[in-house]
Amino acid sequence: MTLSMNTPDFLIERNRERCINCQVCVRQCANEAHGWDAEEEKIFSQDALCVNCHRCVTMCPTHSLSIRKFPLEFRENANWTASTMKAIYKQAETGGILLTGMGTDRPYPVYWDQLLLNASQVTNPSIDPLREPMELKTFLGRKPEQLRVINGKLAEALPPQLELDLPIMFSAMSFGSISLNVAKSLAQAAETLGTFYNTGEGGLHEDLYKYGKNTIVQVASGRFGVHSEYLNAGAAIEIKIGQGAKPGIGGHLPGEKVGVEVSRTRMIPEQSDAISPAPHHDIYSIEDLTQLIFSLKEATNYEKPVIVKIAAVHNVSAIASGIARAGADIIAIDGFRGGTGAAPLRTRDSVGIPIELALAAVDSRLREEGIRNQVSLVVGGSIRNSTDIIKAIALGADAVYVASSALLALGCHMCQKCYTGKCNWGIATQRPELVKRLNPEIGAERATNLLKAWEHEVKEILGGMGINAIESLCGNRLMLRGIGLSDRELNILGVLAAGE
Amino acid sequence: MDYVIIGNSAAGIGAVEGIRSVDRVGKIALFSREPYPAYSRPLISYYLSGKVAPETMYYRDPDFYLRLQVEASLGREVQALKLEDKTIELSTGDKVPFDRLLIATGGKPITPPIPGREYSGVSTFLTWDDAKDLGEELFPGIKVVVIGAGLIGLKATEALVKREATVTVAELSNRILSAILDEDSARIVQTHLEEQGVKFQLNNTVAEILGEEGKVTGVRLQNGEELECDRVILAIGVRPNLDLVRDTELKFNQGILVNSHMATSVDDVFAAGDVSEGYDKIYQENRVLPILPNAYKQGFTAGVNMAGGSSEFQGGFAMNAIGFFDLPMLTAGIIKPTTPGFQEYIRLDPGKQSYKKIVLRAGKLVGYIALNTVDRAGILTGLMDQEVDVTPFQEHLLKEDFGYIHFPKELRSQRLSLRK
Amino acid sequence: MKRVYAREEVCMGCKLCEVYCATAHSEYPLDLVKAFLKQKMKPLPRILVEYNLSISFALQCRHCDEAPCTKACITGAMQKDSVTGIVSNDERRCVGCWTCILVCPFGAIGRDNQGHKVASKCDLCSNVADQTDTESFSNVPVCVQNCPNRALQFMDSVVEGEE
Repeated sequence: MTLSMNTPDFLIERNRERCINCQVCVRQCANEAHGWDAEEEKIFSQDALCVNCHRCVTMCPTHSLSIRKFPLEFRENANWTASTMKAIYKQAETGGILLTGMGTDRPYPVYWDQLLLNASQVTNPSIDPLREPMELKTFLGRKPEQLRVINGKLAEALPPQLELDLPIMFSAMSFGSISLNVAKSLAQAAETLGTFYNTGEGGLHEDLYKYGKNTIVQVASGRFGVHSEYLNAGAAIEIKIGQGAKPGIGGHLPGEKVGVEVSRTRMIPEQSDAISPAPHHDIYSIEDLTQLIFSLKEATNYEKPVIVKIAAVHNVSAIASGIARAGADIIAIDGFRGGTGAAPLRTRDSVGIPIELALAAVDSRLREEGIRNQVSLVVGGSIRNSTDIIKAIALGADAVYVASSALLALGCHMCQKCYTGKCNWGIATQRPELVKRLNPEIGAERATNLLKAWEHEVKEILGGMGINAIESLCGNRLMLRGIGLSDRELNILGVLAAGE
Repeated sequence: MDYVIIGNSAAGIGAVEGIRSVDRVGKIALFSREPYPAYSRPLISYYLSGKVAPETMYYRDPDFYLRLQVEASLGREVQALKLEDKTIELSTGDKVPFDRLLIATGGKPITPPIPGREYSGVSTFLTWDDAKDLGEELFPGIKVVVIGAGLIGLKATEALVKREATVTVAELSNRILSAILDEDSARIVQTHLEEQGVKFQLNNTVAEILGEEGKVTGVRLQNGEELECDRVILAIGVRPNLDLVRDTELKFNQGILVNSHMATSVDDVFAAGDVSEGYDKIYQENRVLPILPNAYKQGFTAGVNMAGGSSEFQGGFAMNAIGFFDLPMLTAGIIKPTTPGFQEYIRLDPGKQSYKKIVLRAGKLVGYIALNTVDRAGILTGLMDQEVDVTPFQEHLLKEDFGYIHFPKELRSQRLSLRK
Repeated sequence: MKRVYAREEVCMGCKLCEVYCATAHSEYPLDLVKAFLKQKMKPLPRILVEYNLSISFALQCRHCDEAPCTKACITGAMQKDSVTGIVSNDERRCVGCWTCILVCPFGAIGRDNQGHKVASKCDLCSNVADQTDTESFSNVPVCVQNCPNRALQFMDSVVEGEE
């Protein structure tokens, strides 16, 4: 053994005047940061094992616990920061890639926060959503070139559409990366709310088939759990090309997370690593993508819209144009702040571009090419609140995907340790004793509450803008003004500066 | 409907409550030889030691008889049963008619024909009066010989030691508490009692009680040894009190024979408690089960049936909760099989004075000893009572923390979850 | 009658039910810290979580319709209330003979060996309500109120022949 240079990240503080030695913290910490000293008859804590997930703090009945940043300082250095140095120590010890979970925590600009919304004054009266109708219904899918109405009915045969009661969907998270109870929570919430959740590339567990009409089933490069019944079980099919947190690489579910249920659902042997290839091995061109899209449409009798999901990368607008032309009904774009159950740290923190810029660029490009009607745009990658949603829609999105926010609603505390499989909140884990910490009944209620709350806020703000249907906001960038942005950024976003 | 109940202990009280659960108006006449409202017989040793005050000796609240409209004749002895006339005859000569009769006369102490048992200072230990009389005569340092190391003898011994008596227990068997413990567990309890100053004479008994001027002065043991003492307590055992029954047509064996409704061989006459032979589901035959829980249950069952309801005594089995000087033990069923076909498993922790033994027969639990490891032992009793096949989880039965978690999931949820 | 039912599939074995139960039945029913740190005798829970890594559930007195403990009790201390159905132990009369433990098929009766030996069992918080004059205890027992994952439910049983 050699000396480890890694020091604790967090300091566990216990108020001994309040601690009643009930050991709830001991039982709740899967990282074993708390232990019971039978000889001394008291609880001890090991700072180095703490991931600051707040499970113990939240569960402690006498509020005797707190977690702080470990006070140890390095000599101040703006270049060699503590996290940079610690990463080197760790890699020098392990020789491995640095792994992490959830979205990037680097201080990149958040453009949502530099966009301001408009409100009606005098000339265009605002609307009170408590007294007047406010429409959030959204249809996702290819729209015809023109619409003719004959005898009060639509003459065109409309391609398959997804009907959303509010423009928010739960984005892809696989059973495997998350627990079945998370999937159950989100599926139930989607049903209650009249929207959709997404299987990710984890297949569809038999308990979830009953939520089929609120399910988007995903087909990814590993093709895990994909079969005819699966494809036909959902309301739409999503081809996953890329993911915002780790563009260019595939998912990796370690074998220890592949228990009986995951194994059956994904159709892979128990305990085997589920490694999704970086590319789809049958897609090397837009034409190949067309083949897959239509294979899937063929398999489902052209009744379900097909979504193609990509990560936001440099030339995203040209790629999106290709996808639209390849026959996709919906394009989902995932920004670089999007979450993940496991990603190489360096990829997560340095690959891809912000969703705000990608969305604006794609929407503009599709409009310029006159094909915006051929696809709906769904964006994700760190939608944090209701105004992020409004801003996304004003920038050109038809709807948004949320996942990190949904997990926060279910208890996630962003400790970024999803990849360890020891999630104390029962979310990113397959260990039965941890999984049952998330009661799906409570999870569904909390996820539903969150989206209901956002729905209220969206309606309020829309009313303030004098808009009574969310579709009227789509791409309405006049409702946005930039603040603290360069001309170039404003130009890409297609918005005026505040005051203009 | 006129009900007559003879006996005022657990079976009698059970019958009152059983009758009243069906019939709120019928007349209940209850006769008891003892002058007290129902009190708890097992508490007399607690009374003697001073742990239980007189007012907490009672088995039911003070207005019990009034509340349940019982005409309780306390201190009035029944002299004879005139079953053909459907009456009972009191010692005063009065006759009381009945429509339904319950005989719950309990047990009486076995008094062996030991020479000298007529001396004053020789007594049994069964009733409150026994405890009162004994208590009045105690003084620190009094020497007492207890004949019989059974439940009664040792509970008396414990109380006497707490009252600073010097006690020697003579027991014919090779171990104490032979009805409820095997050798190894009995030894632990014996050592524990010896540490409290109790002396034992095992494989031995009192051959003669010695006395002067009509008063006990000592005993001569079977092995010839003589012990000085001031008191002798006869605690060899109890047998059904059949005094009233012998001259009637009622069928009896060791106790009065009853069916599952607690009905005797004579119409409208029921029997319950220590005087009867109820069904023992472990021995799978009718036996006298002289323990309070059975007495109450049998009494209640009899009461329901007497009042025209329908209730079956599902059968009981021997079980005991007892303890001496903070060493508790729970035992049930067959604890020391003497025939083939049983499996015994034992966990012994001498350091903790704990001993756990289970006895299985054909995959079912038929007995156990839980000495100083009593917590949750009732789960074992339940498994015996429900006749559960314990084979799937028998390796857990001996564990100190044995619980429902060790049950197969289906059995557990059947027992614990919401029944629909 | 309403009883407490455990849902094994969402019980996470945190034992907060035990903590709150012990407190509710202590000298300081409303103060966890005082109950555990100030009271001389250790507060004892009347609910027990059976717990191993993958299975856990809480168990307390089922308040049986035909409660064997009430029939077996040698002192008459253990009684089932004919109105509320609650089986409770009159600790003044209980002598700690453990006959109730002998007959309770659920193992739901504990021993309180501190001071006067008495059997200790769930009263569905009925006595807590009386002592603290806090009505909330009588509506829903503290174990149910404080279960963080709704693994305990207080509800009517649906048994044939029972109201």
